[in-house]
Amino acid sequence: MSTGCRNAPVLKERGQREVFCGLTGIIWLHRKMQDAFFLVVGSRTCAHLLQSAAGVMIFAEPRFGTAIMEEKDLAGMADANAELDREVARLLARRPDIRQLFLVGSCPSEVIKLDLAKAAERLSVAHAPHVRVLNYSGSGIETTFTEGEDACLASMVPVLPQTEAKELLLVGALPDVVEDQALDLLARIGVSPVRCLPARRTDDLPAVGPNTRFALAQPFLGETAAALTRRGAQRIDAPYPFGAEGSTLWLKAVAAEFGIAPEVVDQVTAAPRARAEKAVAAAAETLRGKRIFFMPDSQLEIPLARFLTRECGMQAVEIGTPYLHADIHGAELDLIAPGPVLSEGQDVDKQLDRVRAARPDLTVCGLGLANPLESEGLATKWAIELVFTPVHFYEQAGDLAALFARPLRRRAALSGLAPHLEAAE
Amino acid sequence: MKLAVWTYEGPPHVGAMRVATGMQGLHLVLHAPQGDTYADLLFTMIERRGHRPPVSYTTFQARDLGADTAGLFKSACQDAYDRFKPEALLVAASCTAELIQDDPGGLAETMGLPVPVIPLELPSYQRKENFGCDEAFLQIARALAQPMARSEQVSCNILGPTGLGFRHRDDITEIAALLREMGITVNMTAPMGARPSDIARMGAAHFNVLLYPETAESAARWAEKTLGQPFTKTIPIGSRATRAFIEEVRALSGSTAPVDDSRLRQPWWAASVDSTYLTGKRVFIYGDGTHAMAAARVARDEMGFEVAGLGCYNREQARPLRALAREMGVEALVTDDYLEVEAAIEAAAPEMILGTQMERHIGKRLGIPCAVISAPVHVQDFPARYSPQMGFEGANVLFDTWVHPLVMGLEEHLLAMFRDDFEFHDAAGPSHHGGHAPQAVHQDAAQPAEPAPAATAAAAEGGSMPPEAAPPSPVTPATNNVIWLACAEKELKKIPFFVRGKARRNTEAFASQQGLSEISVDTLYEAKAHYAR
Ligand code: SF4
Ligand code: SF4
Repeated sequence: MSTGCRNAPVLKERGQREVFCGLTGIIWLHRKMQDAFFLVVGSRTCAHLLQSAAGVMIFAEPRFGTAIMEEKDLAGMADANAELDREVARLLARRPDIRQLFLVGSCPSEVIKLDLAKAAERLSVAHAPHVRVLNYSGSGIETTFTEGEDACLASMVPVLPQTEAKELLLVGALPDVVEDQALDLLARIGVSPVRCLPARRTDDLPAVGPNTRFALAQPFLGETAAALTRRGAQRIDAPYPFGAEGSTLWLKAVAAEFGIAPEVVDQVTAAPRARAEKAVAAAAETLRGKRIFFMPDSQLEIPLARFLTRECGMQAVEIGTPYLHADIHGAELDLIAPGPVLSEGQDVDKQLDRVRAARPDLTVCGLGLANPLESEGLATKWAIELVFTPVHFYEQAGDLAALFARPLRRRAALSGLAPHLEAAE
Repeated sequence: MKLAVWTYEGPPHVGAMRVATGMQGLHLVLHAPQGDTYADLLFTMIERRGHRPPVSYTTFQARDLGADTAGLFKSACQDAYDRFKPEALLVAASCTAELIQDDPGGLAETMGLPVPVIPLELPSYQRKENFGCDEAFLQIARALAQPMARSEQVSCNILGPTGLGFRHRDDITEIAALLREMGITVNMTAPMGARPSDIARMGAAHFNVLLYPETAESAARWAEKTLGQPFTKTIPIGSRATRAFIEEVRALSGSTAPVDDSRLRQPWWAASVDSTYLTGKRVFIYGDGTHAMAAARVARDEMGFEVAGLGCYNREQARPLRALAREMGVEALVTDDYLEVEAAIEAAAPEMILGTQMERHIGKRLGIPCAVISAPVHVQDFPARYSPQMGFEGANVLFDTWVHPLVMGLEEHLLAMFRDDFEFHDAAGPSHHGGHAPQAVHQDAAQPAEPAPAATAAAAEGGSMPPEAAPPSPVTPATNNVIWLACAEKELKKIPFFVRGKARRNTEAFASQQGLSEISVDTLYEAKAHYAR
């Protein structure tokens, strides 16, 4: 059996990165956890990042905010803690619906060594039992984009209740509609009980223990996996549930752990799988034979490259990822045919040189790079859309493929209209 | 420490980026962690730029902190110079780098780069974005401009436009054309469009035209002192201010050339009878100081509105704004706290908001139409069409964009007459907002609507139409503990939605003035008579 790209050489780069910090995860986490508030302890930059990444869709007060440090907070530690306590008290008084408060560390709070773990302990006592206060780092010096979600979930693990029950824990923040589909599939296969981390509400938090088996729904949850392992839980190794193939392999790995035969999975998933394959095939007409380049961004790059090469007929030129975890990406790498350059880390200008030299049909990149590449005549797909859009499991497989097909179809539709798109070089 | 939900200004280094991105042939090396690269998307997405901002970030990580962040900074400078060959290099620290005190300016100086290196001091924990623009431009001017002989022809510099500025692109086209018509050469426009070598020729101009005090007042003052160039004080927003600006420029330049104002339609559009319905519309105005003050004058003197509130988020403009608010008989709101702005608007219950993109959202929530007059702005505030705020065409644009969210004059009467017609009822909203029929939504703070990532933020809309007010309940507690009786509440519903807020507010004020604890239908009409004019 081929091991695909598992042992392929990796181009490691350390230069200028063009990627969000872990604070960005708050944008989707605060939607998922409906009674949680995310309080970033940081600077005006952190507040501005959140606002810019969220697109400022303000209809009401969101469940996140930034305690912006000022000159006087930097002067003395005692002040900063007292100020923080005051802001938290005010916030909780105004938002009685909040049951869980995350103090989120930033670069400035880490550089001045503001101890948020201690602050969380102190505030937990002060506001118990109604509100539990946890802390994690979303700082740019410690975390890259989706690592923020990883750090958040990992911070919850030590305080989860203990259990001896054999339960499946589904790990990763999925849109509710996708989570419901996954739970339904698992129930029909016969895997039960199933709990989710994160839970939608604090009262539904799962328990964990030596008989817990957990499956990651996202490929960027290494720290959370390690924390769960420390609690005795065991990880089910599988490719990620992107596309029909990924969803089936993921479900089969879970089923096997619960002593259920693969035939049962085949039977239960036959209809949705057929739907997924049909929907993917429609988009694959546009994608087949096209060359794709992944800039490092969300850590979804490896599973997506697997999906797009195996199910949509695309050809990967370079698969960049901010971090390559042999552990949690191994099952995916096994499935990717050798050929593409695997790169870890970034030196953005050099990488853009490689994009220009390769002239791929589609480049997956961050929002800061998309229009510049488009104006050079290179089609792009924004990586951030992949973490905001429901893309997991069968019913979304067609949508996932369509996300990549749309920029190509759009260019074709406008080809007579925008001469500069082709001209600029 | 201060809790911020949304901010009106970014940190000062974003201001420096706006200056650098507006210019050509300049590069900024920013000592900053990786997450700070988000700022690129402001320019590439919101402004749709087809180039990356000319900014290199050092993107130091935690593991570099104990090691050699200074070395990292120097190699970033060298790489940036080698790759982009700028005519000058700006160097600065973001909030995090400010704390590790590597002294980017000092480091870059020791490198002996063959181009001018301009260090910026940007106190991230005290100042904000506009300061960053103003300071970056000042330092660039100081470093590059020298006193020199004046041009033979009368000429001026246009100062202030930057990347990501609200309508800067079109304002400078409009104003440059006006100056040309007056026989004045534009020596240089900066920062937007200028190269460092253009800035070096700044001193050749006879005077400066300062369009945006927020971003360039310090440079204008410096040039006045050091280069002996006076600068204009009038901001040409609105037809009156544009005429005053022309007079000011004439005084500075000696120009006597006539100016053709036949394109200026706004005064007649405002005077024509259809606009009668605009009389006394209560507007709440909030933005950067310059745009807010200009809008307040236009609203009162050129549209016949009543200014119901006036505020700005930049303290730098607090003093003149307070004076103007006093003159207009309202209390000035000087704050950058979004929740405070929202509360002030709610309390004032205006019929329209002239604000920033944030007030557009406040308007949506409160059911008040809104037009955008100031940064911060979003993708739809960078229209494809020519759409200045300044000069004669700017005055035309103001009329159109401020009137657009409102119900039109004749339509207002028809709505009042046929308010029970099932097709022509008030909940249908203005007929020219096809896709915006308001629905009964009243969101409370605990149930925010779905946020959209910048990725889906491309919705194009001119103004936002308000949703219908909350459904009536049998007795509704009003503010000040006055109770609306069911019959009065029902009568209130019959009043067209665009004046309903005002009627509600006036009636409640009237009731508490009279010491009434309940509002009946009679109270409603007594109040109406009381406030009639
Ligand atoms: S990189 Fe650091 S300073 Fe910048 S926004 Fe992220 S946490 Fe804040
Ligand atoms: S998408 Fe939302 S945030 Fe963006 S402009 Fe439209 S309403 Fe505003």
